[in-house]
Amino acid sequence: MLIIKNLHAEVEEKQILKGIDLTVRPGEVHAIMGPNGSGKSSLASVLAGKEGYHVTEGDVTFRGKDLLDMDPEIRAREGLFLAFQYPIEIPGVSNVNFLKTALAEIRAYRNQPALDAKEFLRMSREKQKLVEFDAQLVNRSLNEGFSGGEKKRNEIFQLAMLEPSLAILDETDSGLDIDALRIVAGGVNKLRSKDNAFIIITHYQRLLEYIIPDFVHVLYNGRIVKSGTKELALELEEKGYDWLREESREQEATITQ
Amino acid sequence: MSTQHETAYPLYTEVVNEFDKLTAAGRADKARQTAFERFRLLGFPSIKHEDWKYTNITRFLKDEYALVPTVREIPAGLVEKATIPNLDCYQLVLVNGIWDGQVRGGNLPGGISIRRVNEALRDPGTAALFENGKWGNQHFANLNAALFTDGLFITVDKGADAAKPLHILHLYTTDHNLLVQPRHLWVVGANAGLSVIESTVCTTTGEAKVWINGLTEIVAASDARIDHVAIQTATAGTRLVQHTTVRQKKQSLYNNYTFTLPGADLVRNDLQLRLEEDHTETHLYGLYLTAGNQLVDNHTLVDHQKPFCFSNELYKGVLLEQSTGVFNGKVYVHKDAQKTNAFQQNNNLVIGKRATIDSKPELEIYADDVKCSHGSTVGQFSEEALFYLRSRGIGEATAKALLINAFAFDVTEKLKIGAVETYINQLIRRHIPAEHA
Repeated sequence: MLIIKNLHAEVEEKQILKGIDLTVRPGEVHAIMGPNGSGKSSLASVLAGKEGYHVTEGDVTFRGKDLLDMDPEIRAREGLFLAFQYPIEIPGVSNVNFLKTALAEIRAYRNQPALDAKEFLRMSREKQKLVEFDAQLVNRSLNEGFSGGEKKRNEIFQLAMLEPSLAILDETDSGLDIDALRIVAGGVNKLRSKDNAFIIITHYQRLLEYIIPDFVHVLYNGRIVKSGTKELALELEEKGYDWLREESREQEATITQ
Repeated sequence: MSTQHETAYPLYTEVVNEFDKLTAAGRADKARQTAFERFRLLGFPSIKHEDWKYTNITRFLKDEYALVPTVREIPAGLVEKATIPNLDCYQLVLVNGIWDGQVRGGNLPGGISIRRVNEALRDPGTAALFENGKWGNQHFANLNAALFTDGLFITVDKGADAAKPLHILHLYTTDHNLLVQPRHLWVVGANAGLSVIESTVCTTTGEAKVWINGLTEIVAASDARIDHVAIQTATAGTRLVQHTTVRQKKQSLYNNYTFTLPGADLVRNDLQLRLEEDHTETHLYGLYLTAGNQLVDNHTLVDHQKPFCFSNELYKGVLLEQSTGVFNGKVYVHKDAQKTNAFQQNNNLVIGKRATIDSKPELEIYADDVKCSHGSTVGQFSEEALFYLRSRGIGEATAKALLINAFAFDVTEKLKIGAVETYINQLIRRHIPAEHA
């Protein structure tokens, strides 16, 4: 589904991704962990097409197409979804209108018939229930005055509505209490299928107790320095990131020699 | 005072001739004479005048304009164009400033009277209700007061209230360059209510231009409540200068909502609030969405003369393409006007790469126990918001339209009539195609 090869990127002329290789197949859940500043969120931003990030080397293929060549909205219409670490508030744009507009444009792109008001309402109700999203919030302005937890739940609600083939969750667990975390994780688990895939970016292992990943990758200094199964997450939780730093330094030393 | 340059406009000669004709016909009364003398002294404004510093109208004054309209029939399709869907109202249609005397949408309730200004002026006593000789340095108000043609004289008796709003359609149509000068006076009696929606719509043939120089006086007696919505659409070739003076008496409430949309070449609104007695409440909301080469100027004045008055003003601007916006908000608090609360806010979204805005708050406060504030912002699209919307599959053009609507929302949500709010939001959306950004 997603093939990242030797991805290098910079922001404001500063190198932040220094050769990422990652392959995600349908049905898989990949966790990307790493210390602050390792490039986790930058990877998410590059994949979603955020302005200001420049790819200097490498390729990304998404469902057989060149992802990097697409505008952000085309990426979304092709089935990519980014759950933001800091979802922004847009007063004056109602949640419902926003989702209707997004769905309409995505469906038009895919040559699918537009949803009528009734179908939209039914779908919206069903997904609200699935991710335990308060019906009152749906009618409010987009994220305006939402609590941190409500904003994150809104991201998962949007994910449920837009049904992407690949969802990237950027530190969705940050700032969530344990109940909110359980709800968010529960939503994701219900949305998992053999046809879609998830990339879960997180600093802590906590979220991975609820969403069990198939693979865990450790990002450090713009590179994936270690990959493994879910046990790797536990190991990181125990030992922290310091040992990786040293290992990485040694590797670098070997490379320069 | 009028320089060689200003009197050299063909329009100047035209208005002088017209006034001579009026005088010869014995129709130039004292009030018209005073106003015309004042206008002759002032001439047309130029950027040398402080109130016109950012609004250069020279290019519009260079055209020749006739003062007599040839078309009096309602042009096909124009009423439909200006009609607000699902609005339950009384509809009045004025063609080139002249009302046909009909009220559509049912019989007016008792206590509300609508007449043509010309007809009302024949009654002794009515003339005294008009402001005469008090237009100071207002170039165009003086010109109108000297040469106005006709308009609407509306009175609402003490305690009366129309259940439905009046929707006044100002239709302008011409096949040659034309100057139209309508003058209106609306008097709302003590404890009475009036809700008015005005739409200005034009259609011109070929290259014909129409200059509308409107003058509206509104009087709110004590405890009167007035809701006043102005929707300025109009087409290219329209130059719209509108002076509105509102006089508020004790405990009266006046709400104004002014929407200016792409179309007219020039829009200049002078909205002046005279808070003549204590405990009045005033809300001024404005939204200007400008495009093309439009020049849209909103000058407001809130004149706090007495204590315990409250005024709040929120004007928002969205400037597309190479359009120019001007906002000048003056708040004047007299020495006597203690315990005044006066707030003002002007926010602008400058989208066109060659669009400009001049925003100028002006506070003059001579009382010492008041609360006054003002704020002015000029910004662009939030890149973050744009990316968020696009990352959900919403195309750039649609995303921008959503954000413009969201920006305008603060103003449109203040409208009390749902049908009007829906209508305005649709107008806004219609004017934001992708190529504007």
